[in-house]
Amino acid sequence: MKNSSFKIDGRVCTAETGSNLIEAAKQNGIFIPTLCHFKHLDPLGTCRVCTVKLNGRDIAGCTVRVADGMEIEVNTPELLDTRKAIIEMMFVEGNHFCPSCEKSGDCQMQNLGYETGIKYTRFPHLFIDRITDARPERIVVNQNRCIKCKRCIEEVKTFDGYKVFYSINKGNKTLVSIDYEQEAKLSELQAVRAMHICPTGSILVKGKSFSKPFGDRQFDAITEEKSMSLNPVKKQRATTKKKIVATTSLAGCFGCHMSMLDIDLGILDLFEVIEFNKTPITDIKNFTKHCDIGLIEGGCSNTQNIEVLREFRKNCDILVSVGECAIWGGLPAMRNTFSLEECLRESYLDSMTSEENETIIPNHEDIPKILNNVYANHEIVKIDYHIPGCPPDANYIWNVVKNILFQEEYSIAHPKYKYD
Amino acid sequence: MKRTGLLNKLWEFQNKFGYISDNAIAQIAQKLSVSKIEIEGVVSFYHFFHRQPTGKYIIYLNNSIVAEFKGFQEIKAAFEKETGCTFGCYGENPLFTLFETSCIGLSDQEPAALINFFPFTNLTPEKVKTIIQQLKNGNSLRFISSNPTSKIQYLPPEDKTIFYRKYEMGIALKKLKNHTPDEVLNLISAANLEGRGGAFFPTAKKWKSSKESSTSKKYIICNADEGEPGTFKDKSLLNNLSGLVIEGMIVAAYISGAANGFIYLRAEYMYLLEKIENTLREFQENNLLGNDILGIPKFNFNIQIQVGAGAYICGEESALIESLEGKRGEARIKKYYPTEYGYLGCSTIVNNVETFAMAARIIELGIHFISTIGTKESKGTKVLSISGDVAKPGIYEIEWGMTVKEILHLCQATSPHFVQISGPSGICINNTEFDRKICKEDLICAGSIMVFNNFRSITKILENYTKFFKEESCGVCTPCRAGNQILHEKIKKIKKGICTSKDLEEIKEWGKIIKLTSRCGLGQFSANTLIMALDKFEGYFNQKIIKTNENLNVEFDMEAAVYNYDSLIKDTQ
Repeated sequence: MKNSSFKIDGRVCTAETGSNLIEAAKQNGIFIPTLCHFKHLDPLGTCRVCTVKLNGRDIAGCTVRVADGMEIEVNTPELLDTRKAIIEMMFVEGNHFCPSCEKSGDCQMQNLGYETGIKYTRFPHLFIDRITDARPERIVVNQNRCIKCKRCIEEVKTFDGYKVFYSINKGNKTLVSIDYEQEAKLSELQAVRAMHICPTGSILVKGKSFSKPFGDRQFDAITEEKSMSLNPVKKQRATTKKKIVATTSLAGCFGCHMSMLDIDLGILDLFEVIEFNKTPITDIKNFTKHCDIGLIEGGCSNTQNIEVLREFRKNCDILVSVGECAIWGGLPAMRNTFSLEECLRESYLDSMTSEENETIIPNHEDIPKILNNVYANHEIVKIDYHIPGCPPDANYIWNVVKNILFQEEYSIAHPKYKYD
Repeated sequence: MKRTGLLNKLWEFQNKFGYISDNAIAQIAQKLSVSKIEIEGVVSFYHFFHRQPTGKYIIYLNNSIVAEFKGFQEIKAAFEKETGCTFGCYGENPLFTLFETSCIGLSDQEPAALINFFPFTNLTPEKVKTIIQQLKNGNSLRFISSNPTSKIQYLPPEDKTIFYRKYEMGIALKKLKNHTPDEVLNLISAANLEGRGGAFFPTAKKWKSSKESSTSKKYIICNADEGEPGTFKDKSLLNNLSGLVIEGMIVAAYISGAANGFIYLRAEYMYLLEKIENTLREFQENNLLGNDILGIPKFNFNIQIQVGAGAYICGEESALIESLEGKRGEARIKKYYPTEYGYLGCSTIVNNVETFAMAARIIELGIHFISTIGTKESKGTKVLSISGDVAKPGIYEIEWGMTVKEILHLCQATSPHFVQISGPSGICINNTEFDRKICKEDLICAGSIMVFNNFRSITKILENYTKFFKEESCGVCTPCRAGNQILHEKIKKIKKGICTSKDLEEIKEWGKIIKLTSRCGLGQFSANTLIMALDKFEGYFNQKIIKTNENLNVEFDMEAAVYNYDSLIKDTQ
């Protein structure tokens, strides 16, 4: 065994010659994020999240075998952004509804989203209809969440050596599909292992996906020093002019507003520095003055949502999307993979509770029109900040607001930063 | 049955039954001892394999950009009208099934279609009507199909023509006998031959690497999977000079010591199969293939033809090798060159059709002849396929160093505005660049030039390209698979007229990310033209974007967003 000496971001590192760069970097205390790389597997090189620069050229880190004299860049601003972009691509390509996902908290992709600080995706969500296949014996394959990393293809085999998963189709229609016959041969242990290998929630085992409760999962761990309480602000701010805040809930569930109220008595402190204008919290219906900041919950599902949002844009200096629905449509956007017609028929004409032979979808000129899709707020107006979470934690929301309004120091603790 | 025979086996089923049934998949899977999904995965990768019964005649209509401008929509409608079928739908008619397909290498004769892989070119709605009628009457395809031969429009003076000069069998090979493999390699090296598929990798370096490799077996592969839209020069070479190409392969085998070769022929060129097979047979009969070729002891070499099954990516050498191995044509990670680890793990030389033809001519004509032609860095001539808004589309053999202007003059381009060099994954140029020379020093060209005049919509061109890449990505790596879909969304925005300068900036930024992080050439070059066009046709795009931005509202197509609702309410009243 020979060792090689190479440089990562200018730091001299050593590792066994020919070893995988991801592993070699890890040995030297440098983390290169990846989703497809899996221990002994021959580099798959599919996810491209581990993109680094080798002697100035971009390359997937998992495909590099270390050798003497290599100059590797990992954490330059450009590369950090590139890697973030690739994870964002995965989020928009699939339909990743973290709040309703069984794997949430155990999902490596979600965790990398946190690690790379994705608040919203720069790319438009594609909302392609994908199937969830529950026909296999033990496994449920949810195509909405698959990132085609191929780990399962290479790793999950029956005792007699048959592959259980394989890619089908090509181009934008590529899927990782399952072989029912082979799947039936898997033992429960093998099936559970398949679920664990999957870096997202695409492979689930029936009856096993909730074996660990939310909150206790791999990436949920809250360490004491990381969590922070709401700073008392009244002392410093009593003299300054109160800032004016407006809030609204568009196509959301009001959960984010409930969360805003979750600061309990802290709201009294808050009132020392802010004043509410149009908001459901005070029930002020219309803007009476120009506001410093507007908090928007929910995305745009109908024409009224758009109108309200545009009104907020006009009346607020700063607009903040609060929560998943505001940021990219969230749960209401689940309908984006279906046509509007299907949705309305299902709700009003063909549902179990609709009248026999019902033909009319409720409509009136006073009722807002329903849009063909649920849109993220930043697709309609300029949004200045995004606070992810479903809902975001109360302290987190208000800390961010105060940080924006008063330039107060506030760094987001990882455990507060959630998509679910 | 071996895994490497999978594609041929699938073709057998496809040709015999018109589709590949569950039963067929189960049968094959059992024979190969793999799971059914693995075979399914291979079948579904190639778009000429079908999983549902098709009609007696499968019609593939080309939807490349050149076709689109020459009346693709009209022809599509005509086919649908005459057959009563819908494109992309199965089981509508026992006689016909219709599909769109990407470029079929007949850009000089568009609109064109393949019917059971017989070519039908220069289609008009009337012609479509006649064809369908004839097929209904049971006429033989062989007799009613068109001649796919591309017209050779221009050759340099005789003393400078390299490819399209007189050819007789063995013309290059007979010179082999007097040289050792090393000497031949030196000749190739001295002629500065570089891969004509588009990568321009030094051929001698590739061959030398294979020669020095110590794998037990070695292979020579001729890449005749000419899928780049607008390219048909390899088709022309195989059609006119298949012997020359084969000689080139034999030269490569002589150098590297390979005993087996493949011609990976794209299925779109199935009509050339017979011709090439005949040439191979003649070579065998004349002891130019087989054992002890040319009487040189132990110089054994045989060539097989593998027909592809419809996948652009298989033109990428490592994807081609995967395909040849009976797998999905997914590009390998760039850990090894194929000359180190290629077909079945053995050292493999993969070269383009034109490269082999050129190699043979170098041996035949000698280094002195070649080195007087071309520019300092690009020696010899280049075969170009020219199509689009030109009066004389077809094949042009040009001396390296000819300017774009001269070429446009030769092909009688009418008000050229947007010229695509080397196909969608190449580059586009505007009219300020027409003085550029086609050669390595300036503007390298893989073999396709598509000319568009100033009446053609640039957005349409770019949309066609992006759609092509989106569908033809092998789907393995995220940036190429997802990225090209995302870019397509952006282009839709331009089309809708709700695009801002920010959108254009984003296209450039996002395109760059796709370019830097993709696994193979497809993704690395797919966004190229798009990014370039934004700068080179700035004026055009400036007119496309919306400049006002009142109240920080983002451009939003409200009309489109409520259209579905309005029409549904109207329908259900």
